[in-house]
Amino acid sequence: MLKFLFTVIRRDVLLAARRRGDWLTAQFFFVMVVSMFPLGIGPEPSMLRTIGPGVVWVAALLASLLSLGRLFADDYRDGTLEQMLLSPYPNTLLALGKAIAHWIINGIPLLIIAPVLGIQFNLPAEALWILVLSLAIGTPILSLLGSIGAALTLGLRGGGVLVTLLILPLYVPALIFGAGAVEGVFSGTGPEAHLSLLGAFLILSLLLAPWVSAMALKVSVE
Amino acid sequence: MLSIHDLACERGERLLFRNLDFELSAGEALLVRGGNGRGKTSLLRILCGLSLPAAGVVRWRGELIGKVHEQYGREMAYIGHANGIKDDLTPLENLRLAAALGGRDLDNATAMAALERVGLSRCLDFPARVLSFGQRRRVALAGLMTAGALLWILDEPLTGLDVQGVAMVEQMIRDHVVAGGLVIMTTHQPLALDGVTPRTLSVGE
Repeated sequence: MLKFLFTVIRRDVLLAARRRGDWLTAQFFFVMVVSMFPLGIGPEPSMLRTIGPGVVWVAALLASLLSLGRLFADDYRDGTLEQMLLSPYPNTLLALGKAIAHWIINGIPLLIIAPVLGIQFNLPAEALWILVLSLAIGTPILSLLGSIGAALTLGLRGGGVLVTLLILPLYVPALIFGAGAVEGVFSGTGPEAHLSLLGAFLILSLLLAPWVSAMALKVSVE
Repeated sequence: MLSIHDLACERGERLLFRNLDFELSAGEALLVRGGNGRGKTSLLRILCGLSLPAAGVVRWRGELIGKVHEQYGREMAYIGHANGIKDDLTPLENLRLAAALGGRDLDNATAMAALERVGLSRCLDFPARVLSFGQRRRVALAGLMTAGALLWILDEPLTGLDVQGVAMVEQMIRDHVVAGGLVIMTTHQPLALDGVTPRTLSVGE
């Protein structure tokens, strides 16, 4: 069972390593979107500090959506998805493995870039740490919930736009608690409450999302 | 071993076939016949468990295939219209990955032997992207050989293959059936299986 999970993850990471161009697009998108805000709004430090966490978080949501379109689509086209669904393991594990691989490929790079981008917004060191921590808890949620949308819209024309409409509302709690945790540092209430809620949301999506997206996959390949 | 009872299939409100009954035991091959759009592929997808029938049941060793997902996954191999290989990986990597996902251990030597048998010994180091359509089909067939499955479900396995390729598939099917395996396949091409007479099933009359 676990071996199957690791094989699915290893497979996707290997495939991403073979197609670095596709992989870099989402990371560059993240950097570009975040960097546009200081340029557009102007160099007012207190203003930038206020919007910073929210901007980084919104850009992370969009970057994750950008790469979700291909989560199952490539495998669907070349028939490997069918083969994996027919493998002697539960399809839920397949969906979980794909979501974890998506997080490793697209989520972890965001964690590394985010503090650098946070400096542009004049965030103090403590807030940068909390920003990375909130993204570390939050980006797996994005991958897990996103896999539901990617599975539901598999094989549909204009699926990319539909994923956005379906999944962005589900991302709202992650956005509120994630950006809120960094806000907590400034306001003095502390980030703990927000981070706890974010963690609870992660556990909930870890339990439910693979199961739902496995069911959606079954329907989509039919 | 594989039995089908009262199977019916609908595609977008249209009834493709109904009241389909048959049973296939070890060492038998079944050729599914029917014109384009008559439901051959739909039938095969129902048999391997990718689609659900509008009515009826498919049983493997007496159990509903939905109930024995794990066992059926080990004992059944399916080749559909898509080859199920990744373009960015070499044929060897594709084979070993497919085996790992199927929960099997496949060493390099066995995988190489299978690829040599399908005539791909010259293309081992290229990504599948640069292979021709027929060569990619051969990779899928090499995967079938290394899958160690008892039941083969093959949807148009001869598409894109040259004369030697067709002869090779015929030989594979014959060997498999003689060794006690089961084969269910569709094809529009004539099939010469010396010594093995496939049963035929017509769908969508």
